[in-house]
Amino acid sequence: MLNNLILGVALYAIWLLWSGHYSLLLLSLGAISCLTVVVLVRRMGVFEPERQHVHLLLPLPLYWPWLLWAIFVANLDIAWRVLHPKLPIAPCVFKVKASQKSELGRVIYANSITLTPGTVSMDVESDTITVHALTEKSASSLQTGEMDRRVTALELERES
Amino acid sequence: MNVFDLISWVCLLGGVFFCFVGSVGLLRLPDFYSRMHGASMTDTLGAALVFIGLMFQAGLSLVTVKLVMILFFLLLTSPTSTHALAKSAFDAGLKPWVKKQKDVIQ
Repeated sequence: MLNNLILGVALYAIWLLWSGHYSLLLLSLGAISCLTVVVLVRRMGVFEPERQHVHLLLPLPLYWPWLLWAIFVANLDIAWRVLHPKLPIAPCVFKVKASQKSELGRVIYANSITLTPGTVSMDVESDTITVHALTEKSASSLQTGEMDRRVTALELERES
Repeated sequence: MNVFDLISWVCLLGGVFFCFVGSVGLLRLPDFYSRMHGASMTDTLGAALVFIGLMFQAGLSLVTVKLVMILFFLLLTSPTSTHALAKSAFDAGLKPWVKKQKDVIQ
């Protein structure tokens, strides 16, 4: 219950900040939408103990620069291939191991794979992710496992 | 024309370039799955550069904070929706196109 209250208040504060309008109509519309979100989040069971992963979010900004750089490099590579007259691509499907323990960790890993141009996660099972890669180069850069290791490292921060 | 304007325009034009290349990829690539890779260029570097360009136009203001948040949510939602598309195609049994006749094309 306390979680719901904190979420509701935080949502409304952010809503007020971004809206910048203080008429009665807009204030009540904001309250209604915040309330709806709280009800939905409650129904989805986000606050159940086994799904609490807030500690994962703290070291996340350390992971972003690396991810953004990987995305930048992959973009240049894919752009070059798309504009190349011969279209030098070799699509393939393969499985990679997801060594993250928590649900959120696997979501971060799968989303990072999809966010990087050249690789899309097609299916996420308990500890393997099926990936579609556009080129052998994008496949092999994922298979080095560096991204997997970095996402897993976010989880380990909690134990230390 | 000050230096911020210059950076802003370089970023905006770079963003336009990557959105354009993403669209070219969408048209040129052979099948459903490979076309997603083209679209993800528009979602990532294309959108990010446009937003960074706009942030330089807005300066240090609430507008920039909002732009940062929009970019953040975009980078969160676009891979999720791409994954939803890819997974439903995969589950429905759509086979990815694989280049077997390598020598014919090259």
